[in-house]
Amino acid sequence: MKFICFSLMPYRPLDLEAAKQHRSAWVVLPNSMYDPELGAAEYDSYLDMLTYAEDLGFDGIGVNEHHQTAYGMMPAPNLIASALIQRTKRVKIAILGRALPLVGNPLYIAEELAMLDNLSRGRVIAGFVRGIGAEYHASGVNPAFSHSRFHEAHDLIVKAWTTPGPFAWEGDHYDFTYVNTWPRVYQQPHPPIWIPSQGSIETIEWAAHPDRRYPFLVTFSPEEAVARNLNAYREQARVYGYEATPDQCGWAAPVYVADTEEQAIDEARAGIETLFNSFLTLPIQMLLPPGYTSIASVKKMMGARAGLGMEYQTIERLVELGTALVGTPDTVRARIEQMQERAGLGTFVPLLQFGTLDDAATKRNMERFASDVMPPLQG
Amino acid sequence: MRVQRAGDGDTTVLFLHGAGGVPAWTPFFDAIAEGRELLVPDHPGFGLSPDVDNLRDVPDYAMFYLDFLDTIDARDVHVVGHSLGGWIAAEMAIRNESRVRSWSLISPAGIRLRGQPMADIFIWSQEEGIRNLFHDQGFADRLLAQEPTSEQIDVALRNRFTFAKLAWQPRGFNPALAKWLHRISRPTTIVWGRDDLLLPVAYASLWSQYVPKATVHLLDDCGHLPVVEQAATTAAHVNRHIDTHSGGAPS
Repeated sequence: MKFICFSLMPYRPLDLEAAKQHRSAWVVLPNSMYDPELGAAEYDSYLDMLTYAEDLGFDGIGVNEHHQTAYGMMPAPNLIASALIQRTKRVKIAILGRALPLVGNPLYIAEELAMLDNLSRGRVIAGFVRGIGAEYHASGVNPAFSHSRFHEAHDLIVKAWTTPGPFAWEGDHYDFTYVNTWPRVYQQPHPPIWIPSQGSIETIEWAAHPDRRYPFLVTFSPEEAVARNLNAYREQARVYGYEATPDQCGWAAPVYVADTEEQAIDEARAGIETLFNSFLTLPIQMLLPPGYTSIASVKKMMGARAGLGMEYQTIERLVELGTALVGTPDTVRARIEQMQERAGLGTFVPLLQFGTLDDAATKRNMERFASDVMPPLQG
Repeated sequence: MRVQRAGDGDTTVLFLHGAGGVPAWTPFFDAIAEGRELLVPDHPGFGLSPDVDNLRDVPDYAMFYLDFLDTIDARDVHVVGHSLGGWIAAEMAIRNESRVRSWSLISPAGIRLRGQPMADIFIWSQEEGIRNLFHDQGFADRLLAQEPTSEQIDVALRNRFTFAKLAWQPRGFNPALAKWLHRISRPTTIVWGRDDLLLPVAYASLWSQYVPKATVHLLDDCGHLPVVEQAATTAAHVNRHIDTHSGGAPS
């Protein structure tokens, strides 16, 4: 199994009580609540943390993209990836992922990832996502065209990486006379493309298609949903006439390990509960803007407290559901092994810093995970 | 396409609904349909009309309704449009007025007043979305007290999805509309609630600057739905406009 140490880079100095006065920690949270001195220190901490993951033996380190939110300080994940490339020698740098529909010109994404691929001599993993619903409020991009822009941007980027230029692109959303990406990508035929997702049948069918076989990474979901989605992907591969490899099945989850279950819960509580209840508050109107998902899925989620973080989630509940893995190294490893057996898991992406968890606790957690959870599984 | 019809007469009125779909049949419709033929379609993708994939923006909807008037061979039609429907009507008006005798635009979307953008209805909760439509919260209270049926939820979501497709970006206007509004030659009246929280009443004077010789009626104690909240007054203004500009040769 491969391990990618992933960070969301939340803005931990956030005044959580004051933030509650706003509709969400996304889009409408005034940026006067961001202090540049404290924020700059946060970037230092997070870069040190991810760099340290290489020393600890992780296979990769991961970053991602979110906009106008205290939930993550990486509106431009490629900038962080570039800094990490300079600080590391061996690890893969996974961008999980770039939100393709949000840009007016997807060729810029093709160019930037090609640059990173060259700068790292082929250590880049390109995650492609649509961005979460709030991103459409932040960017103004029409969610009604989110799916079709994603697919066309993907096709364009892959063609720009693999087909000698210049060539013309004549699409529904993008129209270019010259597509001729300099530099070319370092990895051949192109950097690995991963699909981080909460799982929809359309995404599974698309990612598992024999033309793509893109690793599918289920993010921040209860264990049951993770297993169901990974097995749906594997079943879809069988429908297409091949057997999915473990490399194609990934899972991202917050993890905390300590000597005892009680100690782990105790030390992780504030971090986990602020992640899910303070940083990830999204009413349904922001989470699922019209067109981002089907009408049926909005209807299914509707209700008085619909959305994310609208009802308080305790760490006990999140651990029970398997949304977060918190416990001793043995219990945490057992749950990962269980997913390996149940759903062919081959890539695990632990979030070892979450919510307000501080640097010292994060470092302990990373060291403990790397020494007592990872080794028997890694390879 | 679903079209509700009412009334009977030589004069045809086409009512184009707003983003929320055709409101529950109000006294406004009865007053307009008195002695006339009133057509109230559900726009494609709204209400009970199927979505049409290649209708992607409001100018497309304007072309769709110009085709519709050709298809039914309607002549001397009086077009009444509310909000999104007023926007569609204005886009029709700058393209082809040949089958139309008058325009009545009730709190229309479609142009931008810098500094006073359309309110962000897409971020509002369900309750905010209802309360902010009305000046008199009694209307909102009655609507909120009703438990919607599954079919009504489907319709509300379809309306919301299609409106987002048309108006998410730019938000509620077409940058290419205002500069052509001078082309409108048929008599036009503008009706606006003074307490409109979606599109502030300041828009009424902007429309009257762009549309030559438009008459303007501002309604007291009225939010974004004059046809519901001030049904009788709104109908009186629209009826007078239609009566004044009916009969004889088209202007």
